[in-house]
Amino acid sequence: MKRQLLASICACTLLAASLLSACSSGGGNAQQTGGEAGSGQESSAASGSAASTGSSGGKKLAFVVKSTGNPYMERMIDGFKDVASKLGHTVVVKEPEQPTAEAQISMINEVVAQKVDGIAVAANDPDALQPILSKAKEKGIKVVSCDSSVNAQSRDVHVNQADPVAIGKALVEAAYDMTGGKGEFAILSATSQATNQNAWIAQMKEVLKNSKYANLKLDKIAYGDDLRDKSTTEMEGLLKSYPNLKCVVSPTTVGLAAASKVLVDQGYAEKIKITGLGLPSEMATYIEKGVCPYMYLWNPIDVGKLTAYTLDALVQGKIKGEMGETFEAGDMGSKKVTTAADGGTEILLGDPFKFDKENIGQWKSVY
Amino acid sequence: MDTTSPKKTLKIQSYRQLGLVAFIVIICIAIQFRNSQFLTASNLLDLLTDDAILCILSVGMMSVILTGAIDLSIGSTIALSGMTTALCVSKVQTLHPLVCILIGCAVGFLCGAVNGFLVAKCAVPPFIATLGMMDIFRGLTYVISGGRWVSAYQMPESFKAIGTAKVADVHVYILIAIVVFAVAYYFFSYSRTGRKIYAVGSNQLSARITGINTAKISWLVYIIMGTLAGLCGVLWVSKYASAQGDTATGEEMSAIAACVLGGVGITGGSGKISGLILGAVFIGILNNALPIIHVSTFWQNFIEGAIILIAVLMNFAVKRHSERATLRRRKI
Amino acid sequence: MNLENTVRGGSGRKFNAGKFFLRWEWMLVFLFVLVNIFNSSISSYYWQPETFMDAPMSFLDKAFMVMPMALVLLLGMIDISVGSTVALASVLMGVSYRAGMPMGLAMVVCLAVGTGCGMINGLILAKYDEQQLPSMIITLATMTIYRGLALIILKDQSVGNFPSWFSYLGWGYVGGVPFILIAFAVFAVFFLILLHKTSFGRQLYGMGNNLKACRYSGIKTARNKILVYTMLGFMAGVCALFLTSKMGSTRPNVANGYELEVIAMAALGGFSTFGGKGNMIGAILAAFIIGFLRYGLGLINASSELILIIIGVLLIASVLASNVKPKMKLPEEKESPEKKSQ
Repeated sequence: MKRQLLASICACTLLAASLLSACSSGGGNAQQTGGEAGSGQESSAASGSAASTGSSGGKKLAFVVKSTGNPYMERMIDGFKDVASKLGHTVVVKEPEQPTAEAQISMINEVVAQKVDGIAVAANDPDALQPILSKAKEKGIKVVSCDSSVNAQSRDVHVNQADPVAIGKALVEAAYDMTGGKGEFAILSATSQATNQNAWIAQMKEVLKNSKYANLKLDKIAYGDDLRDKSTTEMEGLLKSYPNLKCVVSPTTVGLAAASKVLVDQGYAEKIKITGLGLPSEMATYIEKGVCPYMYLWNPIDVGKLTAYTLDALVQGKIKGEMGETFEAGDMGSKKVTTAADGGTEILLGDPFKFDKENIGQWKSVY
Repeated sequence: MDTTSPKKTLKIQSYRQLGLVAFIVIICIAIQFRNSQFLTASNLLDLLTDDAILCILSVGMMSVILTGAIDLSIGSTIALSGMTTALCVSKVQTLHPLVCILIGCAVGFLCGAVNGFLVAKCAVPPFIATLGMMDIFRGLTYVISGGRWVSAYQMPESFKAIGTAKVADVHVYILIAIVVFAVAYYFFSYSRTGRKIYAVGSNQLSARITGINTAKISWLVYIIMGTLAGLCGVLWVSKYASAQGDTATGEEMSAIAACVLGGVGITGGSGKISGLILGAVFIGILNNALPIIHVSTFWQNFIEGAIILIAVLMNFAVKRHSERATLRRRKI
Repeated sequence: MNLENTVRGGSGRKFNAGKFFLRWEWMLVFLFVLVNIFNSSISSYYWQPETFMDAPMSFLDKAFMVMPMALVLLLGMIDISVGSTVALASVLMGVSYRAGMPMGLAMVVCLAVGTGCGMINGLILAKYDEQQLPSMIITLATMTIYRGLALIILKDQSVGNFPSWFSYLGWGYVGGVPFILIAFAVFAVFFLILLHKTSFGRQLYGMGNNLKACRYSGIKTARNKILVYTMLGFMAGVCALFLTSKMGSTRPNVANGYELEVIAMAALGGFSTFGGKGNMIGAILAAFIIGFLRYGLGLINASSELILIIIGVLLIASVLASNVKPKMKLPEEKESPEKKSQ
C-alpha cells in the first residue's frame, strides 16, 4: 500500500537523519542536520571541538554524572569543562538519562574503549562501579570521583565538596535553631540509595546523639527520588502524618525547592520552617519570603573545576592520590590530599556556605 | 450488549462494580484507623487535586483501550507538552495561561496524531508503536530543552497560578476533571462516535462491515488521548512549577491500572465511565494514603502492589460470579 | 496471520528461495551488518577485537531474558515484572551470602527466587485468558510487589564483597571469549531447539494463534503458560547472576526499566504483541542489533536522549518496513494458494 510505503520511507529517512545527527553532535562538529531529532544540542560537542587544539594538556578526560538535566549536575559539568579546556584537554561528558548504576557502567565501558586518560564520576552507587573502574585503573586510566563518591578501591581520590561531618552538624544546628531548641523535624531526601545524601543523614544522626539535641526529635526520613512530583507528594504526606512538625531538612536541591513550594502553597509558611542544601537561584524567593531562613550549599561550579584540576594533576603524574600530597589547583590555590571517612583519600573543597536573606541577592544569579 | 431486561442489566452492572466499591470502603476504613487525618475535608480535597491529572489521563486511556489498543507513550507526551509550554513561558513571560494550555494541548494533539497514524493507517501493533514513540517523545523532550530543566524561578507567576488556582476553596484541577468526566460520559454513552468506539473495540471486522470507518475511529481515540495528555502536561508543570526531562515516567501504567480496575476490558469493547471514576479514585486513594499510614517508606511499594493485585483479583472474581449468575438466569 | 513464517519443514513443499530470503530474520541480519558498518564508520575505536568481546557485556545480561520473553509474546501475553524479579533474586542472593551461605548455594537461591517469581505469575495467569485476567495488569501488580519485597529486605543498603571468582561470571574470559557470551550461546541453542524442534514449541505457536482451539484439542494450555512464565523467571534469575557479578554488589533498585527494553528487543525480533508469530533467531538478532547500536553510539558519545530516539525510530521503522514487504508479490507466491487448495 502506498501509504505504508510512504510511512516506512519517512521512518527510514528519520532514522538516517537521527543517526547522522548523532554522528555530527558526538563527533565534535557542532553542525545541525535536518530531521526532528537533528537538533544535536549535546553540550559535549562544542567543548570537545574547542579543546582539540591541544596545547599543554592534550589528554582525554571523561566526566560521567548522575543524570541528565539536574541543574546542580549541569553546573558541575560547566565548571569541569571550563577548566579542562583551559588546560588543553579534550572532554567527553556522559549523562545517563536515568540515574542508575547500570547506565553508568555502560558509559564507563564506552569511554574506556575510547582510550581516555582520566575518568571523573559522580556515582549513582558507591559499590556497583567497582568492577568496571578497577578494569579502567588496570589499563592505566586515572579515576576521580566527585560529589557522590565511589568506594575507596574504585578510585584514586575523591573530590568532596564539604566534609560530611561539617554538613551534618550544620544541618542539625539549623534544625535546632529553627525549632527553638525542641520539637519535631523531618528529613526529605533524594533516592533511598543516594551515596552522598545517605552519608550526610548518617552524620546528622550521629550529631543528634549529642545531649544538646535531646529535645530534638527526628520523625521520619522521606524519599522524594529527586523528582518534583514525588517530593511534593512525600512532603504533603509528612505534613499530614506529623501535625506537630516544626522544621523540615532537605539535603537535596530538588527536594528543598519542592518542599518549600508546598509549605508556601498550603499556608504553612509561618508554622514550619525549612532548610537544607539548595541552589540559590531556585531558593531565592523562599529565602526572601522567610519560609527558609537560611540554607547551605557550596558552589557546584567550583566542585567541577576542582575535579578537573585534580584529574589533570593525576593524569600528568603530579600526584598519585596518596595521603599528604599537595598540588596547585590553578586559581583555587593549593590543595591537599587527606584521608576520607571510607578509608580512601579525598580532597576537600571547603566548608558549606550559608545562604540567608543578606547574601541571597548576589548569589541567585550566579548559580 | 446485554439482551436481558433493563432492570436486570442495571443490577448486573452495579453488581460488577460492587467489588471495587466494597474494597475502597474497606481500605478507607483501614487507613482512617492508621491516621485519623485521612477522612478530613482538606485531605480529601488534596487527594482529589493530586488525583485530577490521573483522572483526566484515564479518560483518554479508556477511549484507547475501548478500541482494543493501548497507549504507552502518555508519560512522554506529558513531559514533551509540559516542557514545550514551560520553555515558551520562560522565554515569553507575558503569555496568558489559557494560551499556555492551548500550546500544551496542541503538542499533545500532534503526539496523539502521530500515534494514531501509525496504528490506524500503517498497521503497526499499538504496543510497539506507542513503545517506540514513548522513547522518541522522551528523547525529544530532552532535545528541545537542551537537556536542562525549567525551574520555578524561570516561570512567571501567572503560569504558576494555574497550579494553585481555586474556585470557592475547590482546586481548579478538580473542576477540570469533573468537566472532562461529564463530557466523556456524554460522549461515550450518548453520541454516535462514542458508540462507534465501542463497536470497533468489540469486533473490528463487524464494525467495518456495518460501514464504520474503523481507521478514522482508531485515529480519533489516539488524538483524544494525546490532547488530554497534552492538557495534563501543562497542569503537571504548573502544579509542581518545574519541567524536568524525566517527568511523568511510568504514568501510563497508573492510567492503565485505573482503567482495568474500573472495569474497562483490556481487549476492548467494554467499560463505563462510572467504573472508570472508581478506578481512578482508588489509585488516587492509594497514592495519597501510602505516605501517611506511618509505615516505613520501604514498605510502600509492596503494599501498593499487594493492594492492586487483591483489587484486580477481587474485581475479577466478582465479575465472573456475576457473569455466571447471568448465564444461570437466562431463559432458554 | 502469516502461517508461512511459523510452519516450517512441512511435507512436500519445495524450498522457495525467494520467500526464504525475504523473511524478517534476513532483514535483521542485514540490519546487523548495517549497524556494524555504521558503527565502524563513525568511530575509529569500534573496529578492534576488544569491541566484539566488550560490547556484548553491556547488553547480554538483558538479552538472557529476551528469549523467554519472546515465548511469552508468542502466546499473546506479556510480563512486565522481569526487572523487579531480577532485583529480588539479586537481593536475596546477596542477603543469603551475607548471612553466611556459601556463594554457590546463594547462586542457587538466586535462580530459585527468579523461578519462583515467574511461577507465581504463571499460576495466577494459567487458567484464564487475556480478556478476563489481563496479563499486563497482573504482572504490573507483581512488578510492584517484587520490587517492594526487595526494598523491604535491603532498604537503602547494599551487599557486596562477593568472592573474587564471582566476578568471573560477568567479566571473565574463556580462551578469549567472554564467559557471558558462551553462557548466552548455550541458552540460545536451548531456546532455539525448544521453540522450533519440539512439540512444546509447536503448541506455543498454536496457543498464540487460537487459544480456545488448542484447549479443546487437548493441549494443556494452563501447564504451558505456567512453564513459559517459569522459564522467564528462571532466565531473570540468570540475568540477576550476571548483573550482580558485573556490578560486584547488589541493591534493591537494580534492573530498573529492563522490562520494556527486553520487550522492545523481542518486538524488533519479529514477535508481534498479538501473538502467534515470530522466530527465535529474530529475537536473538534483535538483541544484538540494539546492543551493538547502543554501544557504537556510545563510543561517539551521542547523548543518551538521542540514543533513545534512535532506538524508538528503529523499532517503528522496522515494523513499518515489514508491513510493506508482503505486498511485494513474487511470481511463485501467486501459484501456491491454488496448489494448496487442491
